Amino acid sequence: MTLVLCRIDDRLIHGQVVVGWGKPLEVGFIVLVDDEVVASDWEQELYRVAVPPEMDVYFVSVAQAIRMIPGYRADRRSGILLTGDIATMRCLVDAGQVDAVNIGGIHHRAGRVRRLRYVFLTPEEELALEAMAAHGAVVTAQDVPGARPVSLHDVLTGTGE
Amino acid sequence: MNSEHVQGREASGESAGRVSPRAIVAGHADFAAGLISAVEQITGRGGQLVPVVVQGLGLTDIEDLLRIRMAEGNISVIFTDLQAGSCTMAARRLLRGYTDAVLVAGASLPMLLDFVFSDGTNPAGAARHAAERGRAAVSVHGAGE
Repeated sequence: MTLVLCRIDDRLIHGQVVVGWGKPLEVGFIVLVDDEVVASDWEQELYRVAVPPEMDVYFVSVAQAIRMIPGYRADRRSGILLTGDIATMRCLVDAGQVDAVNIGGIHHRAGRVRRLRYVFLTPEEELALEAMAAHGAVVTAQDVPGARPVSLHDVLTGTGE
Repeated sequence: MNSEHVQGREASGESAGRVSPRAIVAGHADFAAGLISAVEQITGRGGQLVPVVVQGLGLTDIEDLLRIRMAEGNISVIFTDLQAGSCTMAARRLLRGYTDAVLVAGASLPMLLDFVFSDGTNPAGAARHAAERGRAAVSVHGAGE
């Protein structure tokens, strides 16, 4: 199989990922790319207990992910790759390791504008998403499998619906 | 209203019309409001539970909101819906700073009903008892029984 979903989600591992996507895609592992989580045993344990026993979770730094993604793609199981922010995903796109990006959840914070119910962006984040698309990645927003994927153009011109 | 019911309400301090909150209920969508309305309908003790709605919030905001609700009500118990849910994650982070607080993930109606009637016990002990009751309250009937 391969990495069936490369997702930006500031909640990282949570219900939508483990159950919403994990069940229908029959996901066998999650790759969490986050330099801070990699540096914290406590954080890793927090996320590890949130996944069912039949699902593996790997914690890797950005640099490790760039090296290891080909191996994850060759895994016989289906996997989800997760980043907690746009900048981290952009590193993977720029390295040529990710060609389809799912915006799954970027929530409200000062300076961000609501684009979709579950996507709030700063101007800098919007530019980064456009840069990923310019690099050749297909960027769409979709919180759960049953929802309609929203194109990047529609995300960036959206007003919150 | 029978005397037994009146007695129960007085014992819980609810007859004065003001109910002290004892626990937070947090989860996806309207999970908290739904469960608490059911507790209220069955027992009239829904006021012991404070609903927290987190839709549209990031992890840090959820953590902040839970912290505020705990402080407002002097609450030391949080019930959440899903072990992998954002509320559970945020609550686990938050409770690192508390020594006397309890998080119960996987909350259910039987669990909360037990909790609201354990008002003579300290909240943390009541939460642990309720968790056991909730675990034991699952049964399956039908084909293959």
